[in-house]
Order: sequence, then structure tokens, then C-alpha cells
Amino acid sequence: MINREYIGRVFPASEPYEVCRVKIAEFANAIGDSNPVYRDVAAARAAGHADVIAPPTFAIVISMAGSGAALADPGLGLNYAMVVHGEERFEYARPIMAGDVVTAQVTLTEIRDVGRNVMLTTSTEIRTVAGERVCTAVSTIVERSA
Amino acid sequence: MSDQITYDGVEAGAQIAAVSYPVTRLGLVKYCGASGDFNVIHWNERIARAVGLPDVIAHGMFTMAQAGRFVTDWAGPAAMVTEFGVRFSSMVVVPDDDAGASIEVSGQVEEKLDGNRVAIALTARSAGTKVLTRARAVVRLP
Repeated sequence: MINREYIGRVFPASEPYEVCRVKIAEFANAIGDSNPVYRDVAAARAAGHADVIAPPTFAIVISMAGSGAALADPGLGLNYAMVVHGEERFEYARPIMAGDVVTAQVTLTEIRDVGRNVMLTTSTEIRTVAGERVCTAVSTIVERSA
Repeated sequence: MSDQITYDGVEAGAQIAAVSYPVTRLGLVKYCGASGDFNVIHWNERIARAVGLPDVIAHGMFTMAQAGRFVTDWAGPAAMVTEFGVRFSSMVVVPDDDAGASIEVSGQVEEKLDGNRVAIALTARSAGTKVLTRARAVVRLP
């Protein structure tokens, strides 16, 4: 059973995550995206960036570092093998780029029944350690009934 | 990749030609490692079936990444994605064979917004079924 007392809970910010070129390139390779701005500094600079940037959905790597810990909280009672992703939405202040040191802070905004399933929505703020807002990720996951 | 498009060069209602992206078991294993999402349903057929799924399924975020790639390839290197959202409406089932599955993404310029921004409505299908709904990206163009 999902513990409804977790609605509205703000989890501690994740440990700082250092975004590096190698990880961005690995992620771009894994999604099959050959865009040079994700792996070639000169191409990224030609496109107006200080360093290589990350593909838009790379934000999930950082937001999951926070939301993964939150959703694994044993007090919440989520069965992760029964979880599928329902919705995802990102709002970007700027691209995530190599050299960023960021944290993810998760708020569990909603838990509701949909038929026999349960939907959980989290809102995750990705900020640099200096406090600059980079991206907001809103995720809805669905725990299917057994 | 396409040439750089501009805000003034884009018309509302314009169609963006469909692109088909492959998804294989190897691709999902790579995505597990790169994303850190090792949910067993994305790589272990035995457990996927035991929890009631037809087979191993792709990460929703892998599908969203293909839609993102479709947008950024269309928009060009000087564009910036400012918003991107999807609903995962159906699973992308990935069989354990050499062909795997494919995700076909197409799009349409939904509207031109202020600040040189353009909203793109996206469609993604796999095996004839819509796998994303309410899929929309906003990009700022030069």
C-alpha cells in the first residue's frame, strides 16, 4: 500500500552531481543521437555554448538521482517492479552542460488512484550548487495493481 | 542533421516528415547503463512476464529521447528546447531478436509563440500503436 502521508513531502536535495563530457557522450550514444553538440566541444561552441551540452532528456539522469531515492523510501511502500512511467515534462531555463554541478530536489506533489492503479507525481528542481535554476522535471509514475 | 531553420522561416501547421528509430535489447541495456534506470522490466524477460507484461518493454524515457532527437534534429544546433512533455500511452514491446522494434516519430508546427518560440506537436508510434500522446515541445529558434 502506498503511504498517502507522503503527499506534499519535500525530500532533501540530492548530493551534487557533476555533469561531465564522458557521461553526456555515453547518454547520447545510448539514445542513438549522433549530434556533435553532445560530444564535440568545438561544435558546441560554434552553436553558442560554453561546453558540450546534454540532450534534453538527459535531465532525467539528474532528476532520477533525487526521485529514485525518494521513491525508494521504504516508508512510501512503492513496488518498483510494478512501476511504469506515465508522464514526463521538462521546463528548461538553459541546456544542461558539461561542467555543471547540480542538485535535484524532489517534492512528491500527488498520489491518486486511477482505477486499480496508483499514480504518483513528483516535481524535481534541478539547480546548480550556486543556486541557478536549470530545469524543472515533473514526472508521473504508475504503480500497476498486482 | 538539417540546416538551421529560423523562426521567420517556419509556418504554423507545417508538417515535419516522419523518422523511424530502431530499439533493440542491446539499445535498452545501453540505456539502462547510461540513464541509471535498471528497472528489471527493461532487460529481464522472465520478470517482465511474471509481472504481467507481454515481454521486455522500452524505458518510456528512451522513447521520449527519440522524440527529443526528432525535435533537435529538425530545429538545428542554434535552437534551444525550452519545454518538452509527453504522456506514455502504450508500451514499446522489444522482442529478443535481431530486428527489435521501431519507434516512428512525426510532428507538426502547432503554433508560433512570442519570444521566437515555436510549439511542436509530436506523434510516436510503435507496431502501429500510439506510444506517446500529448507530446509537445517548445523550441526557441534564431
